[in-house]
Amino acid sequence: MSRVRVLVGTRKGAFILTADGMRRDWAVSGPHFPGWEVYHLKGSPADPERIYASQSSAWFGQMVQRSDDGGVSWRAVGKDFVYDGLAGTHQWYDGTAHPWEFNRVWHFEPSLTDPDTVFAGVEDAALFKSRDGGASWQELSGLRRHTTGATWQPGAGGMCLHSILLDPGNPERLYTAISAAGAFRSDDGGASWQPINQGLRSAYIPDPIAEVGHCVHHIALHPSNPDRLFMQKHWDVMRSDDAGAHWYEISGDLPTDFGFVIDVHAHEPETVYVVPIKSDQEHFPIDGKLSVYRSRSGGGDWERLSQGLPERDCYVNVLRDAMAVDTLDACGIYFGTTGGQVYVSPDAGETWHAIVRNLPAVLSVEVQTLP
Amino acid sequence: MELPSGLSTVARLPRDVLVRVEGVVTLAAVLDALEAAHPVLRGMIRDAVTGQRRKFIRFFACQRDFSHHAVDEALPDVVARGEEVLLIVGAIAGG
Repeated sequence: MSRVRVLVGTRKGAFILTADGMRRDWAVSGPHFPGWEVYHLKGSPADPERIYASQSSAWFGQMVQRSDDGGVSWRAVGKDFVYDGLAGTHQWYDGTAHPWEFNRVWHFEPSLTDPDTVFAGVEDAALFKSRDGGASWQELSGLRRHTTGATWQPGAGGMCLHSILLDPGNPERLYTAISAAGAFRSDDGGASWQPINQGLRSAYIPDPIAEVGHCVHHIALHPSNPDRLFMQKHWDVMRSDDAGAHWYEISGDLPTDFGFVIDVHAHEPETVYVVPIKSDQEHFPIDGKLSVYRSRSGGGDWERLSQGLPERDCYVNVLRDAMAVDTLDACGIYFGTTGGQVYVSPDAGETWHAIVRNLPAVLSVEVQTLP
Repeated sequence: MELPSGLSTVARLPRDVLVRVEGVVTLAAVLDALEAAHPVLRGMIRDAVTGQRRKFIRFFACQRDFSHHAVDEALPDVVARGEEVLLIVGAIAGG
């Protein structure tokens, strides 16, 4: 029977949750790297035993940990993220020019085909790549050197490159998203980039339809239709059918279109999940009721899924990298909260239960489906 | 010197670490020796690019704060002789 391994990054360490395909009885391993922030862990699609983890601390900086045995043991690998050439400046909160400074790795995206190749999205926003299993990192500086780069500004959480999508049908195409610059696409393996923000409208910037400056919270795609992108923006849930060239809104009948996560069902490319959050000031569910919303039509019309989720007094947030799906026949949906709960639905959202309830604040959730 | 627990765990070292320094025993020389012996600590006390002390790290010895002293200033003789400990401290900050 297939198994699942859930990789959970939290404010104070990493946890690994495992279960068989029923997804009822769970074993919990951790904390790994106790006391450290673990923004993200992700396994290689080409070798699921290979996992990369971002371990960081405001005191001691960045570590990169790698496991070759599915998270049983770890070893520190390269942590030198040096911007290519003169780093230059971007715009600071007050509008002044601010030097680009490395702060942490927000997201690892392992190659679809090579366990030793992995991308890292970092703060201050840049994309790095390793071809040697994380031993060394080189910046793909064409992104940061885009003509708009000096105008990018941090969002409240910092200027982070938090989303990296690899096109499974075209190894030269990849997408990134940056708060608060927007979404970008490369068609040449990451050498050069173009902003793909046409159709986004953001009331919190001077020109609501500017080429860059949009606070994109997360983007997702389905492998069978990689030109179709879904986006949870600061406000608005958006969709593109042409690889990001144009976007249109699919918020439809959501009770609020603010939120952080968005993901796609493993076997239904039109089935999308979001967790609506009340507002940019009130980072918790409406009326204290934690709910996932699902659209089976690619957006626009949404259904509330809440069976097994708290119906009252729930004031947690679900951060941008804290939702994932497995690829079992009955697609499992997972998300983690800032209250330390990790929920699973083994039936595509119909019912939910908590795997764990009392972890540190959850920063990220990834799932591996294992034979 | 004494490392903060977070760094001793990462480096798989005891909290108390002895390093040998040739010539004048300065903060820079001590940290150079520490990082040479334990490369995993590079960038975790001082920024790997600028060499500046990380903002939440402090250096204490002999009941004095050396965090804001010049890194090429000689440390007290008792520290140089290994009779007093140079404390590398994670500042009180955050949760």
